[in-house]
Amino acid sequence: MEKKTGAQILVESLLRENVEIVFGIPGGQALPMFDAIYGSKLNFILTRHEQGASHMADGYARSTGKSGVCIVTSGPGATNIVTGLGTAYMDSVPLVAITGQVATSVIGQDAFQEADTIGITRPVTKHNFLVKDVKDLARTIKEAFYIATTGRPGPVLVDIPIDVQRGLCEFVYPHKVEIRSYKPNYSGHTGQIKKAVSMINKSERPVLYVGAGVVVSGAEDEILKMSRKANIPVTNTLLAIGTYPHDTDLSLGMLGMHGTFCANRAIQAADVVIAVGARFDDRCTGRVCDFAKKAKIIHIDIDPTAISKVVDVDIPVVGDAKTVLKEMSALIEKKGRKEWIKTVDAWKEEHPLSYNRNDDKLHPQYVVEKISELTKGEAIVSTEVGQHQMWAAQYYKAKYPRLFLSSGGLGTMGFGYPAALGAKVGNPDKEVIVIAGDGSFQMNMQEMAVSVLNEINVKVVILNNQYLGNVRQWQEMFYGKRYSQSCLARRNKCPRLCNEPNRVTCPVYIPDFVKWAQSYDVLGIRVTEKKDVESALKKMLETKGSVVLDVWVEMEENIFPMVPAGSSLDDVITQMNK
Amino acid sequence: MRHTVSVLVENKFGVLARISTLFAARGFNIDSLNVSETEDPAISRMTIVVKGDYSVLEQVTKQLNKLVDVIKVSDFNDVDYVERGLALIKINIKKSTRNEVIQLIEIFRSRIIDVSQDSIIVEITGNGDKIRAFIKMVMPYGIRETCKTGIVALSRGQLTK
Repeated sequence: MEKKTGAQILVESLLRENVEIVFGIPGGQALPMFDAIYGSKLNFILTRHEQGASHMADGYARSTGKSGVCIVTSGPGATNIVTGLGTAYMDSVPLVAITGQVATSVIGQDAFQEADTIGITRPVTKHNFLVKDVKDLARTIKEAFYIATTGRPGPVLVDIPIDVQRGLCEFVYPHKVEIRSYKPNYSGHTGQIKKAVSMINKSERPVLYVGAGVVVSGAEDEILKMSRKANIPVTNTLLAIGTYPHDTDLSLGMLGMHGTFCANRAIQAADVVIAVGARFDDRCTGRVCDFAKKAKIIHIDIDPTAISKVVDVDIPVVGDAKTVLKEMSALIEKKGRKEWIKTVDAWKEEHPLSYNRNDDKLHPQYVVEKISELTKGEAIVSTEVGQHQMWAAQYYKAKYPRLFLSSGGLGTMGFGYPAALGAKVGNPDKEVIVIAGDGSFQMNMQEMAVSVLNEINVKVVILNNQYLGNVRQWQEMFYGKRYSQSCLARRNKCPRLCNEPNRVTCPVYIPDFVKWAQSYDVLGIRVTEKKDVESALKKMLETKGSVVLDVWVEMEENIFPMVPAGSSLDDVITQMNK
Repeated sequence: MRHTVSVLVENKFGVLARISTLFAARGFNIDSLNVSETEDPAISRMTIVVKGDYSVLEQVTKQLNKLVDVIKVSDFNDVDYVERGLALIKINIKKSTRNEVIQLIEIFRSRIIDVSQDSIIVEITGNGDKIRAFIKMVMPYGIRETCKTGIVALSRGQLTK
């Protein structure tokens, strides 16, 4: 049998895994791999920063459900993807990251562009491998994809020294994976399921709390059926936006810090909370000791470590959401729960999501609402991190799962734009819109070149308030309006202390996003007035290529409702005390 | 509270680092740690003593199980088991105290393995409590140095599960 180099084996293995696209940047210790890519059938997108590559792979994975792949070089190439790995790890996104490494003979000698990639990435990956022998390479790649995509998904890194890339070996790709120490469990324990069902059937005020696990498992139909049959209101986490139809009777919207009033009230009043594929993040629970105090908690999750990690669970069911819910559905009793639904409806009416719709000011929420309206919630929306992210979460009504991409756990600014590019590659026929803040967007906007050169057309809507807006909001609310280092227009000539921003006397904002877009041959449009928003958005959506919309929104708009960090979900602030 | 956890892992490089990284990242306290090859050279057994309440033990067990290189995790909470550690203790000794110390050593069924003019080295095996008790008893005579192994443990009778 003909022998192949490690690099060729890698490329062949990726093709066997049906990898459609790889993102990355070459470098010294990755040269054999890139040589093997040259002229191969593997599609590759050269990014401008390794972080961009990792987020593109992530956006591709979140939007398609398939594993994203990136290949970068050793040392700085590897350290640059750490944020991307961390982002994917926190949000359980399947990635396979391949890194070049210095030759096995010089590992540990502080060689040029050497980094202990395995050591550095261990806490931000589901698993990682250093391949020391070319004979292990094909099996390792197979295992990497298997581990990344099964159980609770996550990023897996494979570090390949340059001599292993060059080494020769016969290529045999294993048909299946057998790892004695890794056997994810999909079916729930029948006894536990029965207990859970009986608790739900007896409950008067149940709430379903659904998270990203429902998206991963594809269990949205099962959630819908269960909630309708038994009249159980449903609240979702940030990562589960789109799993439940918005604005229907039983939908509560998002819970937590910037969740809806009704969702937080419902959780606090519930007698049973059924958490499905959610991990009780502190942004969801508020002060843990006060979370759902009146409720018994049922937790369905494929990851046993998620159970009773934060909140003590009464009935845990370890298994895949869809499998478990299917088994439950036959046993769940039809029930009206009229009293409970009435109570929930009253909360919905008491404090619906709102902002001032009647003045002429350009409120950021209005922009998101219009995007939602014009796209009918059918576009993929990718967000950066900050105020705009929360407004996008509150006002963009994504119709299906995998349409709302956002860095939830790690809260990575700079995620949204590259993730959108990855999503567009995976969904070429879908409209992809980035809702960005002017701060976040600047963290990875170098990837515009990738968008233009590869005709990956995405629309960027920058909700420009000239601030790191979320920081500014917290400074306004909890730090006596001392706007320390949160103003992005600030210049060295500005007074040392300033908390009265305005568009007239403040220094000119840079960059000029319109001119910047033009320098990439991309259409840039600036919108400074409310009346122009709709027409600009329409023009953006009609344009075939990429568009950058620089929308100058209200500078000191705050996100409400808000449960301050460390407070109970009972303590919802619905508006600013002026 | 102390809990003894027995972990069977793949005998590969970097596995110990994975486990210590996990403990550090999750804020678990390791009281002692022992790693050794089992009768199957592809598998190592780690015996880890952790401090914390039952919820900590539960998380430790689950988090260890989640690591890809971990084959099996057992805690000895509801089973009959034996545990042993070994300590070498260098104790100051004077003519006037020698007999007392030797008596203590006999009571604890430990052994003197080195003698010099003004000190002796004692080897003691036993569970954590026995070793701690011995150290407490000889403390007044002056301990120069100690060196302890981690605790090792196995369940009685059946296989450790």
